Amino acid sequence: MPENNVQPIEKVSIIVSHGSLEGVYPALIMANGARMEGIEASLFFTFFGLDAIIKKRMNDLKVATVGNPAMHMPTLVGALPGMSSFATKMMQKEMEKLDIPPVGEFITMIHDAGCEIYACRATVDMFHLKKEDFCDELDGVISVGQFYEKAAGAQIIFT
Amino acid sequence: METMNMAGKAIELDADGHLAHRGDWNEEVARALATQEGIPELTPQHWTVINFMRAVFDKEGDAPSIRRLTKESGVDTKTLYQLFPKGPAKRSAKIAGLPKPKGCI
Repeated sequence: MPENNVQPIEKVSIIVSHGSLEGVYPALIMANGARMEGIEASLFFTFFGLDAIIKKRMNDLKVATVGNPAMHMPTLVGALPGMSSFATKMMQKEMEKLDIPPVGEFITMIHDAGCEIYACRATVDMFHLKKEDFCDELDGVISVGQFYEKAAGAQIIFT
Repeated sequence: METMNMAGKAIELDADGHLAHRGDWNEEVARALATQEGIPELTPQHWTVINFMRAVFDKEGDAPSIRRLTKESGVDTKTLYQLFPKGPAKRSAKIAGLPKPKGCI
């Protein structure tokens, strides 16, 4: 039972700044989990996180096998050709067993659940991206100021 | 253990407010639980979801994920959230007389 003076979370704004598979999934799982609990949620993709909503790239995200000590793999082994693809396939197989969908399907599911999806204006300009590069679920390309406006009253989670 | 008067009977609830004993469930109890969740009327589509949840639980011992609910119950994600606005997987499990689902998805 929650204590009397503790307010339940009512709204979250989740920022996704990494474009690796392990950088994107936690944010998607948290956004989906928020909606499942009846919590209002929005996702803001910035820098390499944008790969998760770029049509041509979203289903091709990879696990980082280099520079990640928790992979428990020597850097030189992680750098071998095909190692990242192999690790990605293994992880995807395990996720499918847990009923965690591929990124594209997950984004559709989260959006259908009522979570808004935004891209960062500065990054979109920096990478010279166009509206048509993004998946249909994108609700808009917004500035950091607009992000804060939309996040009013929310817990902001940076990933 | 909390009990609640539903459909003319004192019914035991678990710590999450779900039915403590599945055997207490019937359609009248489902309607009482739905009212408690702010759903005034259970439509045929609500029943499709509730019956699907019960069938999966009977077979597998846990309620289905929201993804499976979408894929196999014949009710899409958007509609699920309209039917059970405060979270379809958990609310429908409660109304179906099942314990709170364990999964994250």
